[in-house]
Amino acid sequence: MAKADLDASALTRLLGIAGKWYDQIVAGEVPSIVLPTRTKRNIEYDDTTEVWKYGDRESIRTAGTAKSALHLLRMAFVIGFLKQQINENRSSTLRELYYISEGWRRAKFGAQDESNLLIEDLEILTDLQREAFHLRPEEDGATIFGPIRIRESTRRGVREIHCRDDVGEAGYQIPTNTENLDLLDHDARMVVAVETGGMYARLIENGFDEEYSAVLVHLKGQPARSTRRLLHRINDQFQVPIVVFTDGDPWSYRIFASVAYGAIKSAHISEILATPRAQFVGVQPSDIRDYDLPSDHLTERDVAALNAELADPRFASEYWHDQIKLQLQMNLKSEQQAFAARGLDFVTREYLPARLSAMGVI
Amino acid sequence: MALADELARQQRSISVAEFFERNKHLLGFDSPTRGVITTVKEAVDNALDACEEACILPDLFIAISRVRDDIFRITVEDNGPGIVPAQVPYVFGKLLYGSRFHQIRQSRGQQGIGISAAVLYAQLTTGTPTVVVSRTSPDTPAHRFQIQIAIMANEPEVVGHEEVPWDRTHGTRIEIQFRSSLTARKRLLEYLKYTSVVNPHARISLVIEDEPFLFERVSDEVIEPPKAIQPHPHGIELGQLKRMAASVPLPLDEFLVQGFSRVGKKTATDICERAGLSPSNPASGIIGDDLTRLLAAMQAVKVPAPPAGLCLSPIGEALIVQGLEKEFQMDFVRARTRPGSVSNGHPFMVEAAIGYGGRLNPEGNAVLIRFANRVPLMYQQGACAITQAVTSMNWRSYGISQQGLPIGPLLVLVHVASTSVPFTSESKDAIADIPEIAREVTLALQDLGRDLKTFLSRRDRTRLQDDRARAVCAILPEIATKVAEITERPVPDITPIEGRIMKYLILKRKRLGGKVLIEAANHMGQSGTFMIYLISADSAGDASTPPVLVTGSGGEYTVVWQVALEPGMRWETRFSGSGCGGLEIRGVDPGKVMVVDEGGEG
Repeated sequence: MAKADLDASALTRLLGIAGKWYDQIVAGEVPSIVLPTRTKRNIEYDDTTEVWKYGDRESIRTAGTAKSALHLLRMAFVIGFLKQQINENRSSTLRELYYISEGWRRAKFGAQDESNLLIEDLEILTDLQREAFHLRPEEDGATIFGPIRIRESTRRGVREIHCRDDVGEAGYQIPTNTENLDLLDHDARMVVAVETGGMYARLIENGFDEEYSAVLVHLKGQPARSTRRLLHRINDQFQVPIVVFTDGDPWSYRIFASVAYGAIKSAHISEILATPRAQFVGVQPSDIRDYDLPSDHLTERDVAALNAELADPRFASEYWHDQIKLQLQMNLKSEQQAFAARGLDFVTREYLPARLSAMGVI
Repeated sequence: MALADELARQQRSISVAEFFERNKHLLGFDSPTRGVITTVKEAVDNALDACEEACILPDLFIAISRVRDDIFRITVEDNGPGIVPAQVPYVFGKLLYGSRFHQIRQSRGQQGIGISAAVLYAQLTTGTPTVVVSRTSPDTPAHRFQIQIAIMANEPEVVGHEEVPWDRTHGTRIEIQFRSSLTARKRLLEYLKYTSVVNPHARISLVIEDEPFLFERVSDEVIEPPKAIQPHPHGIELGQLKRMAASVPLPLDEFLVQGFSRVGKKTATDICERAGLSPSNPASGIIGDDLTRLLAAMQAVKVPAPPAGLCLSPIGEALIVQGLEKEFQMDFVRARTRPGSVSNGHPFMVEAAIGYGGRLNPEGNAVLIRFANRVPLMYQQGACAITQAVTSMNWRSYGISQQGLPIGPLLVLVHVASTSVPFTSESKDAIADIPEIAREVTLALQDLGRDLKTFLSRRDRTRLQDDRARAVCAILPEIATKVAEITERPVPDITPIEGRIMKYLILKRKRLGGKVLIEAANHMGQSGTFMIYLISADSAGDASTPPVLVTGSGGEYTVVWQVALEPGMRWETRFSGSGCGGLEIRGVDPGKVMVVDEGGEG
């Protein structure tokens, strides 16, 4: 969508919310908004897009209680601010928005979490992304390294960058708004998304990217929207398989789930963020057993998280149930860097080639 | 020389005093800081016990002053019956000397260790003898003693004794000097505060280094002193039985009837039969295996519970509530006294109270106050059976959050009264885990929890209404203004909403076109007649609806309007003025009135 069109529809939809409240007040009704319930129980698999989205459960917030009235008042202030920002063609970060609210007296946000959540509410209500409101998150510094060429429109002109040859050892930093990126061409057989910086650096140092024509992406823990959006676009545009390589614990499986199926918090935009064909490499619980990896015992919270995953619709497959049950039975977890116990080259010489050919990627 | 001979030369008896000199922690003197509290506690326990026995309303004076550096003098004075001069040295200068050890009834002190341990501690840390003044009646003079303990012999040593004039007609005063610190000052005040809660008949005044505190008496009822009872057949051990049997020249059945509580002729015969002993044999002749069989029979036979009402003195629900209300400001207080019960033949009774809200700290753990025989337990909360009973309850089902202990503006008081409180140690800090006691504590608290839940849900309902009113009256107008600004339309009128969702009488003041506007809207669903009071610098001389009364002059007027409003109707008046000052409605239930005052703004 052209920028002017996008701005116009953002304005129309935001003002539409305020206009609805105005009409409600005039009709003697308490202003309200309707939002899907944002919990694990209310996400459903969408067959056409192959991702998990919010289901039919909705909750109504009316200004009839002080808490909800305050929420609506804040939303009114945010809409007023966004209207001005879009009209003046300015932009701001989520953190700046939080600070701007300082001047809103009663409507001031108590913490940035509150303002972030409110923006997510507005995304759902308008069916637009926050970029349409000229809002962007903080730089989170996720990086990409490998045989892929992109074009970025920066404020200081258009740059074409090869993500291995034109960048340093740390890779190319993914911008917060990936809509300003064009993917030009590539020479990749796969994209390996890696959870930890240590493993990302290990794969680069061992030359895994060159030997196997792999694009490496550092997820930096739970990946930001921009990182997930870029993985989705690479997979979509170039049909290159995406594989996810994380630690072997319940929290890491959730990282994979958010890449592949979408996160509960952003289920309203799953179809542009999630990569349903992404595959999980490991560390699998069965790897801990088969490779006799150095490991730790599961904590109480780990066990609770694993049990929650058994009930999570995103993990409702035979593969995941077998692996999770095996892990609960062994009561062990391992980090991906535990492969170092068998030598620094083990992961690139033995584990990944074996695992990736078993998965049919190479 | 054989090793045994060598060892034999080193073997000798140990004096009780010597033993406690080495094991001060057993008596609560493990640190100088704690010494102050333990000493005050022991002296206060004795004073209250003595007053109770003499049916006197206790009047206690406590002073703590610094003599020099880290030497403190602790003075405790009571208006009790006093102690006869011949006994004074023994009461204060001999460990394990007391009047209550052999009696089966509820009392604070028991073994006769506490105060003499303080004397011993003073002697060990400063070498200063303890001064005791006591007077038994207006007709006798007061006696002043200087007392020490001969440690090896565990005997009192009187350093000085004289008759002195004293303004009290009866009572006892003790002055102890020892090395200590006042770091535990807060806890000491807490101790006295709690003591005062469960002894609402006592007046306790305290001076810490010239700073006075007073815990006033709220009840003029003298406590009925509990009566001593005979031991219960289920609560006796072999040694005691042997001693009792040997000391009476009675036939066995008579001995059982007279020597034990709740044993009648029939039970006595039953016991004799079970033990295979003749009821007419003299009790003193029973020894060895016969005695063992007798004990087994006594414990096997069915005997009613000991008479808890006689030997115990519960505080009572009304007095606990009074005591708590005096020392804490709370929104809700309820107390329960459970019926008497028995554990190991010892009668006991549990009382509990729950307080909520008010000036209690809304965050963090609840305040737990534990008492045993009217004495606050200040240390080792975690090791106490009361704490375990409190933490193992599910407080969430009463609307209180919990992390082990309940959390929030909550006070939990538990009092265990017994003829023999099962403490975990001699320092009397914690009650041992006895299932019968834990069960009674839980039952009492569950009962109170249900009352608390009712209170909380009623409060939540009114709170919800208030919340609604605040949302509509305060926030909704701002939403309306902001929405109008965004959509570039005129500010909509929100009064239809006010009327629909609220059942209030709304009084509003705002500035409109250079004038002050006061309006009232009746959404109560019934007609109302009321007065609007405006106390301010505005005389409202040009009011569009004239007031019925204007008083005052200079810059301060009281203006009154009389208003009668049918349901759904509005009333207003406009006048020139500042829009500041107090505005209120009288004549309507204040819970149905919402005042929205924006007169001073803009």
